[in-house]
Amino acid sequence: MPRVVMRVNGKEVSGEVEPRTLLVEFLREHLGLTGTHVGCDTSQCGCCVVHLDGRSVKSCTVLAVQCEGAEVLTIEGLARNGELHPIQRAFHECHGLQCGFCTPGMIMSALELLQRHPAPTEPQVRAWLEGNLCRCTGYHNIVRAILQAAEEMRQAPRPAA
Amino acid sequence: MKFGIGQPVGRLEDRRFVTGRGRFLDDLRIDGALHLAVVRSPVAHARIRSVDVTAAEAVEGVVAVVTAERMDPEGRMHIPCLVPLKNRDGSRRADPPRPVLARDRVRHAGEAVAFVVAESRAAAEAAAEAVAVDWEELPAVVDPARADAAAVTLHEAAPRNVAFDWHFGDEAAVAEAFARAAHVTRLELVNNRVVPCAMEPRACLAHPEEGTGRLVVWVPSQGVWLHRQLLARLLGLPEARIRVRTPDVGGGFGMKIFVYPEYVMVAWAAHTLGRPVRWTAGRGESFLADTHGRGHVTVAELAFDADARMLAYRVRVRADMGAYLSNYAPFIPTLAALKVLTGVYRIPAVSYGVLGVFTNTQPVDAYRGAGRPESIYALERLVDVAARELGLPPEELRRRNMIAPEEMPYRTAAGETYDSGEFVRLMEACMTRADWAGAAARREEARRRGRLRGIGMAYYIEATMGDAEERARVRFLEDGTVEVAVGTQSTGQGHETAYAQILAERLGVPPERVRVVQGDTDVMEEGGGTGGSRSLTAEGTALLEAAARVIEKGRLAAAHHFEAAVDDVVFADGVFRVRGTDREIALLELARLVASWRERPAGLESGLDADAEITLSAYSYPNGCHIAEVEVDPETGTVDLVRYTVVDDFGVVLNPLLVAGQVHGGIAQGVGQALLEHAVFDPDWGQLLTGSFADYALPRADRLPFVDFSYIEIPCRHNPLGVKGCGEAGSIGAPPAVVNAVMDALAPLGIRHLDMPLTPARVRAAVAAAGG
Ligand code: FES
Ligand code: FES
Repeated sequence: MPRVVMRVNGKEVSGEVEPRTLLVEFLREHLGLTGTHVGCDTSQCGCCVVHLDGRSVKSCTVLAVQCEGAEVLTIEGLARNGELHPIQRAFHECHGLQCGFCTPGMIMSALELLQRHPAPTEPQVRAWLEGNLCRCTGYHNIVRAILQAAEEMRQAPRPAA
Repeated sequence: MKFGIGQPVGRLEDRRFVTGRGRFLDDLRIDGALHLAVVRSPVAHARIRSVDVTAAEAVEGVVAVVTAERMDPEGRMHIPCLVPLKNRDGSRRADPPRPVLARDRVRHAGEAVAFVVAESRAAAEAAAEAVAVDWEELPAVVDPARADAAAVTLHEAAPRNVAFDWHFGDEAAVAEAFARAAHVTRLELVNNRVVPCAMEPRACLAHPEEGTGRLVVWVPSQGVWLHRQLLARLLGLPEARIRVRTPDVGGGFGMKIFVYPEYVMVAWAAHTLGRPVRWTAGRGESFLADTHGRGHVTVAELAFDADARMLAYRVRVRADMGAYLSNYAPFIPTLAALKVLTGVYRIPAVSYGVLGVFTNTQPVDAYRGAGRPESIYALERLVDVAARELGLPPEELRRRNMIAPEEMPYRTAAGETYDSGEFVRLMEACMTRADWAGAAARREEARRRGRLRGIGMAYYIEATMGDAEERARVRFLEDGTVEVAVGTQSTGQGHETAYAQILAERLGVPPERVRVVQGDTDVMEEGGGTGGSRSLTAEGTALLEAAARVIEKGRLAAAHHFEAAVDDVVFADGVFRVRGTDREIALLELARLVASWRERPAGLESGLDADAEITLSAYSYPNGCHIAEVEVDPETGTVDLVRYTVVDDFGVVLNPLLVAGQVHGGIAQGVGQALLEHAVFDPDWGQLLTGSFADYALPRADRLPFVDFSYIEIPCRHNPLGVKGCGEAGSIGAPPAVVNAVMDALAPLGIRHLDMPLTPARVRAAVAAAGG
């Protein structure tokens, strides 16, 4: 079995994986990082979104072996020293989550949006979330949370992750 | 921030979810767990000639390949339907068996025929594919409208594929009213079949419990007790030998109430092999094996007198039950739908008939709203069509027929007693917020842009129900935590926060001290579970009762401690005081003190801990007005929802933040049903054609606008908190509001009615047929 080495949430990790092992399986089964979820088998729901070298990806469509030497950020690595990232905080304050199953993917997706577009409009936020499904919230408070986080991050930028 | 009743308190449970530390079923880790994979029928209807497991057994890592013969040689493991229902002739509904594993016949694509248990998921899946089944395919019954005339029948025990033929009401009175009516409006409509699609797929994990040898079964449920009861029955074990637990649940919407064949397989395998066994559905499996919702074909007729007052209502429904009767399936289109059949209107006479039919499709059961969306959709569409026929504005026809506040309590012809409600007031409030009066100008402006704009309203009422009984148990733990065990189950609603709010307010303790525990048959011996928007009305009442008992015990204890008379002890803001003295003690301190007493006075044997068991005397009737505004592109048939306004009466609102969340989510599901979602089957072979998120269109963020939500609090008189359930309301009001808006947009073309979902193809075809 191939061996793969990558950095996940700032720590070097490695493991033996099958060539067909998906990144999401590697995270969940090998590393026990179960915050990244699996909601579908056709790459449609976005519950599995993580950052790979600074870009959001659906970890159900990336092979673990493709991530050799890469930098992976998952939802577990977003808060720093117990302090929530502004997007996490905004999801809480705006009630942007109910069951919480889509939430990690939503937050990781929003993170890239705000890195690229610090001041998105409502339609931009909605369009960006095209690859993330939520069955609980009707997106209303998710969109509000992302707009609020954008505002906050513009006022108090955080050093890059 | 204040934390009492009525405050928009942020959720206590959020932190674990936003940091990736929620614990859903598939996140549970247990060493040495075997994986289970299900062999499913690729066809909708077939005789099974043979099942050959030789190749599957040879796959490396396989522990067992199990067929019906192996699991259940005597053919006794059937998942029961729990609803007794009488046909109109007094006989009992059909009760064909629903086996855990199909034995000689399959009746829907995806039905389980066998399963494999293996050391890894990959091995289990590979072996499942290697099971060879020899099928003799049969014609499939697919269309519920023609199921009772089909050439084939699914079950011997259900001639003509009829599950039940049920009726409520006074047919003679209705016939008489129709005979003297000045106007009758008749509409045929389909309530499209949909798939609940909780984002967390179903899963199950079972293992023998260390020490006790009991079987522990983890399921993503809406209440563990039904699962314990039925698993015990099917496995032939005493209930005491099974512990059922539920961790965080990623959405339920009714669908996670039920006991499914896979849970029985996993539990049986763990019990038989004496090892942990797990299974998690892939999304494709969810589409094939979760219960679906709705699926009604309806004819509705409403009779009016010369003043446009409603005289009588006749409704005939064909309800698709799918291939088998799921746990509560027959209840949904009949008794559940009946509760709000007449909506918010004075309708003196009703006749409601439902023919439940079997088709070669997934079983259908409760989905958010469960029967009430179906009733309200038919009625609110009919009212709009009638208004057009009568030449009245839709709000005027509604106003004329709405039950007035002075008429409360009002007994409807469907047998419900509404306790409260100010329907005209809410409708007018909603019209104002939606700028109903300005709609004509907006329509004109859109017309100049080549778009057809329309506005539509719906007024829903809901009867929140479920088990009338509920329990709560408050325990004061040594570390100062107030633990509250409940009989409901949050699947995302935020019960941990809502219940903590109630207790924090009543007991005057800091909310972060309150810990809600749920989802464990060991913690609570019985409970009603979550469903029918009952959690706050039922559990909230139980919590009030438990809190009252804690306070009573506290007064006793304080009196003992201070050597005062009980009558002199008063409780306020978390502190017991002896009247007229400066002696006082805080509740948590008192609890600790009592726990340390070696000898406790009578009544305080269990310290300040208290159990409560309540029975609600009646339902609550949340209601409200939804107004949708849409723009249709006549060239493409695309419908854009551009504005959405809702004014609800949920009685006293405990936490506006949580309530708004419920409303937003419900509306999104309702809009999904109206515009996008449809479980489509191949008409001849019964294959589900929309079996993935690529084909089944869930609403995405860009298809929905912000919702303008507000509420007017008219307290419920049927429970001490004054609350009315809010969980399902959005999904009830949204479909008719959206469809009424689209029909308003299309009215200039002479289009009277289109069935949901109003997809671009459907709308474009109608526009083209109308010469547009
Ligand atoms: S799991 Fe659904 S997109 Fe990855
Ligand atoms: S919060 Fe439940 S799916 Fe988004």
